Amino acid sequence: MSPFPNIHRRAFLKQASYGFGAAALANLLGNDASAGGLPGTLAAPHHAPRAKRVIFLSMAGGPSHLETFDYKPLLEKMHGKPMPDSLTKGQQIAQLQGQPLNCFAPQHGFQKYGKCGHEFSSLLPLLGTVADELCIIRSVSSDAINHDPAHMFMNTGSQIAGRPSMGAWTTYGLGSEAQTLPGFVVLTSSGRGGQNQPIAARQWASGFLPSRYQGVHLRGTGDPVMYLNPPPGTSPDRQHDVVNAINALNAEHDALVHDPEISTRIAQYEMAFKMQSSVPELMDLAKEPASVMALYGCKPGDGSFAYNCLMARRLAERGVRFIQLYHKDWDHHGDIKQGISFKAEEIDRACMALLTDLKQRGMLQDTLVIWGGEFGRTPMSQGGNGRDHHNKGFSVWMAGGGVRPGISHGATDEFGYHAVQDPVDVHDLHATMQHLLGIDHTRLTYRFQGRDYRLTDIKGKVITPILA
Amino acid sequence: MQFTWSLMVFTLALAPLQAGTAQKISYNRHIRPLLSDQCFTCHGPDATKRKAKLRLDQREEALKPAKSGERAIVPGDPKQSALVQRIQTTDKSDQMPPSESHKSLTEEQKAMLVQWIAEGAEYQAHWAYLPVTKPPLEASAGHPIDALVGVRQKELGLHPAAQADRRTLARRLYADLHGLPAPPAAVEAFQQDQAPDAYEKLVDRLLGEPAYGERMAVWWLDLVRYADSAGYHSDKGRNVSPFRDYVISAFNKNKPFDQMTIEHLAGDLLPNASVEQRVGSCFNKLLLTTDEGGAQAKDYEARYMEDRVRAVGTVWVAQTWLCAQCHDHKFDPTLSKDFYAMGAFFADIDEPIIAAPDAGIPVLNEAMQQAAATVQAQLLTAQQTYDQNPPDILQRIDAWGKTQLDAGAKDAWVKGFEKPAAQRSEAEAKQLLDAYKAHAPELADLRKTLDELKAKQKALTETNPCIVTRSTANKKTVRVLPRGDFQNESGAVVTAALPSYLPKPTIEGREPNRLDLAQWVISRDNPLTARVLVNRLWKLFYGVGLSKTQEDFGLQGEMPANTELLDWLAAEMMDRKWDVKAMVRLMVTSRTYQLTSEVTPEMLARDPENRELTRQCRFRLDAEFVRDFELGTSGLLVRTIGGPSVKPYQPDGYWENLNFPTRTWDASTGDAQYRRGLYTWWQRMFLHPSLLAFDAPSREECTADRARSNIPQQALALLNDPSFVEAAKAMAARLLSEVPGDDSARITWLLRETLQRPPTAAERGTLLALLENHRAQFKTDAAAAAAIAKAGRPAPAGLDPAELAAWSSITRVVLNLHEFITRS
Repeated sequence: MSPFPNIHRRAFLKQASYGFGAAALANLLGNDASAGGLPGTLAAPHHAPRAKRVIFLSMAGGPSHLETFDYKPLLEKMHGKPMPDSLTKGQQIAQLQGQPLNCFAPQHGFQKYGKCGHEFSSLLPLLGTVADELCIIRSVSSDAINHDPAHMFMNTGSQIAGRPSMGAWTTYGLGSEAQTLPGFVVLTSSGRGGQNQPIAARQWASGFLPSRYQGVHLRGTGDPVMYLNPPPGTSPDRQHDVVNAINALNAEHDALVHDPEISTRIAQYEMAFKMQSSVPELMDLAKEPASVMALYGCKPGDGSFAYNCLMARRLAERGVRFIQLYHKDWDHHGDIKQGISFKAEEIDRACMALLTDLKQRGMLQDTLVIWGGEFGRTPMSQGGNGRDHHNKGFSVWMAGGGVRPGISHGATDEFGYHAVQDPVDVHDLHATMQHLLGIDHTRLTYRFQGRDYRLTDIKGKVITPILA
Repeated sequence: MQFTWSLMVFTLALAPLQAGTAQKISYNRHIRPLLSDQCFTCHGPDATKRKAKLRLDQREEALKPAKSGERAIVPGDPKQSALVQRIQTTDKSDQMPPSESHKSLTEEQKAMLVQWIAEGAEYQAHWAYLPVTKPPLEASAGHPIDALVGVRQKELGLHPAAQADRRTLARRLYADLHGLPAPPAAVEAFQQDQAPDAYEKLVDRLLGEPAYGERMAVWWLDLVRYADSAGYHSDKGRNVSPFRDYVISAFNKNKPFDQMTIEHLAGDLLPNASVEQRVGSCFNKLLLTTDEGGAQAKDYEARYMEDRVRAVGTVWVAQTWLCAQCHDHKFDPTLSKDFYAMGAFFADIDEPIIAAPDAGIPVLNEAMQQAAATVQAQLLTAQQTYDQNPPDILQRIDAWGKTQLDAGAKDAWVKGFEKPAAQRSEAEAKQLLDAYKAHAPELADLRKTLDELKAKQKALTETNPCIVTRSTANKKTVRVLPRGDFQNESGAVVTAALPSYLPKPTIEGREPNRLDLAQWVISRDNPLTARVLVNRLWKLFYGVGLSKTQEDFGLQGEMPANTELLDWLAAEMMDRKWDVKAMVRLMVTSRTYQLTSEVTPEMLARDPENRELTRQCRFRLDAEFVRDFELGTSGLLVRTIGGPSVKPYQPDGYWENLNFPTRTWDASTGDAQYRRGLYTWWQRMFLHPSLLAFDAPSREECTADRARSNIPQQALALLNDPSFVEAAKAMAARLLSEVPGDDSARITWLLRETLQRPPTAAERGTLLALLENHRAQFKTDAAAAAAIAKAGRPAPAGLDPAELAAWSSITRVVLNLHEFITRS
């Protein structure tokens, strides 16, 4: 694979510009950059894709698998008693360093849902109504045990900053069909309780990949996209006049100096101007029927996770390739009983609504929805009412996009500590996600510092049992 | 089908060999890149991944017979060489590289390997590891760069483009040496200067001005990962801006690069280290740190050590040592042991592992040092006066004590006066003396003076602190971490040692320290540092490095087409005792530097990527300079050098996802709002969105090669960032206040100010049409005109708001032009 995928194209265009003239060239680039959306590096997927896009629901802070998707009755029995040394000895520990490690019973009940009989928290009854769509993986592990590196690991497959995030890899490989929106969009929300752990922009950065593949944070307040709106006093028409004049002068200059960057610049100004109407159109929920608003249970612009789920569906409809939602405050070191019930309430209806809505529109079959945190939480109590960070076994669920619905995969030990049956690591999740998108994870690479890097680094196995 | 090398037709882009002539294959230029890319993963330095016990990166090993008796390479005999059979076979099970590796050789590449073996399969040491030797040059050859570029161009039958016009040259020099727009008057003066050394005079003037140091700092600060925040988790701010100022000053004072290197790595270890040298050692502290509760010290101790090794690898020697963190390097001869032995150089750094950044040491600039000295002297005098006791002190104390007792004061110390003076112990007497001095009204003025002076002194020392490296004799233990796993303590304990595969001095009887490391980095025998440095300087002034791989001079790094030029420059750098300014001067005074960047179809066909330097490059300005051009041209830029980082306008809520504590961006007020881009507060987790849009890196890792993208976010920022909107308004206000005449004359003025050239007829027409259109609109839309007038600082009184608004549209257009933000 060429480490400089643009060079030949540029050289070609540069040569072409002598024959075509600037207008034709701009048109050519315009087609390239907008009619087909953002171009990716793969001429065609490596194999037939099962999913066209991904909606990744990142539960930031580390949701407890033990109160959500991984029921461990033994913990109830052992509540307050020491954890077996054999499980914890020599393991990474976060805030519980040097403290007694005692079992802590699940703080909420579990029940069975759906025809498939998925067992998960009784705090998630609405999600239970779509249980048959879910594929629950209960054997995920991560290398990192602190939030920031763990997010980096979950997003980039590395704990070293500067690597591209999975959304950037996806748009780099496949491009995006979105005409006037970025190919990789990120939304964030927080709710009640928890610790509101910080989230860094590097989580959606393109790293060493070209900048056009970086995620764009769609914000709930202010300009939804940085610098989207014209300055005060400048109406959209006046802004258009300015953009047209810029492009006219740039085109004239191009005719003199034959610099292909100018054609690209012209296309980018056009794109920027189009975004000034496409983003407000995206965010205008006036045309959403009342039934949809009721399904999600959100109000326009309320910044809730549910609102972001609705935005995710709208982004998906508009061809955006990778949509990542961060919902924060899952970091329940204390009072997990209360904290988890807040979080469950915030996501229960929202996740149900997203899956239901996608399904009703026939989009679930080619949209891969993934739910999970950067890690899980300890079976041991912290401070008598909370749980610490835990990376050796936690749960993630997937739905749609070529995943087998209504099954579970893998398991932790009876304490919910180690992933013991069919263990899955973060690289495996990445490999599987890319596989469903039609990408062979070993073949989508980028040359950096003398090496062909890939999202899965040197690891990653596709989790074949969960493929539909 | 058999290919022979001599019959193949190559484009210049593929191989820098003359088409149609038979030429011997060069191992370094043709073969090693192939073997490294296609074969070394399984047949290279990493013993754990080696297949079939075959090693192709060393000749001796490659020639050895295998168990079967087969020899991979039989020099001079391709037919007997197993390598040739395996690359030419169509049998999938035998084919090399195997299909599952996703690697494959083209027919041309196979033919090259065959010819190389036929010619004797000579190996060469890796080009970047060879000693730097200076190619001989006749004194009469002219400018050395032109001479060495010319040699290759002549061989290849290429001709350089024409010289750029003087306007372009002036703009180019200002952009390259200052990162600032060329003032139109300076461009015109240069255009009219008939002196034969007009160009050199301009270069020397620019090199002598402080903006040069600011410009160079923008490059260097990427490399050393300079940022104002800690990076991990809470991303707390930290006191490092004196280091940034140290870098600016180092380039301006032309501190020799070897000295700067020593100060970066080991300034704190120098005998009687000055504050400046200690500030230099802030380099070791610029890494990502955490204060997250629940972070394990061992985990982060390993991360910090690894970061520091990667940093030395990237900043000075362009070695991708990070690969050896988990295993022996797959391409380069770096062993995993080397990586950790390098890490042990930093084991003496005294720092808490899980902690918020410390305050650092006070760093005073010259004016502050003088102020501090004055305050210190005043304080001394005042204290002496205070400490002097008049002869009648005892009477005074008692008299005052009596008034206190009479007044019925209840404080504990007042009770002491009830005891007659003669009966008081020494301690009691002292206590009463102190009480008297602390409370007596007759000393009130003096006490006030002392308090004020102390406050001044404290303020001075706290104004501008800088985190620096501290060393401890109590070194941390460093082990080889198998697979980089900090929990695995089975690896051998290592002590500091220089990389096994590079020339190094013998240090006996003691463990080498960071000073030794620094001295090795800049020693004449180190083949990498000077090559890496001149290659990076080259990129600043020629757009692309002589080797494109700025960050990798290992075996996967690109061998420069013109190795002689790179080596000559590297040798010259060392001959000139690491005089960076002299080397910059050399680079920008060549004829090659002064070529036009305009390109002809013939040039494009013959030298599509300009690797043979037949012309200059065109590239978009760096993020910081985009800001400097916008503010500089409009007249808003405040040219203060150094000081704490500043906060240009930033959209509200951009920091909403920061926490511990939550923070808001309080935009700087007054002059601090209008500083150069490099003084912007560098928050790693959320870098200022305008800088980010134009590819400024978050500086979490050392960045050797900043990207130059062209994305819609740049258009949005230039159009709508309030800083740039204000610049457009200020430009319009200047135009209306300073330029008499009609619209057309004003447009001429505007293009002279921004692009230093007259407008074309079409440009003038487009701008006049827009002006008329918007003028008519703003005349009837007073609210909109008023909104535009409100942007940033108020415009001078007396300007017609509709005119100001209409002209602001025009200035926005011009300040958004590709030509304006492009160095050509």
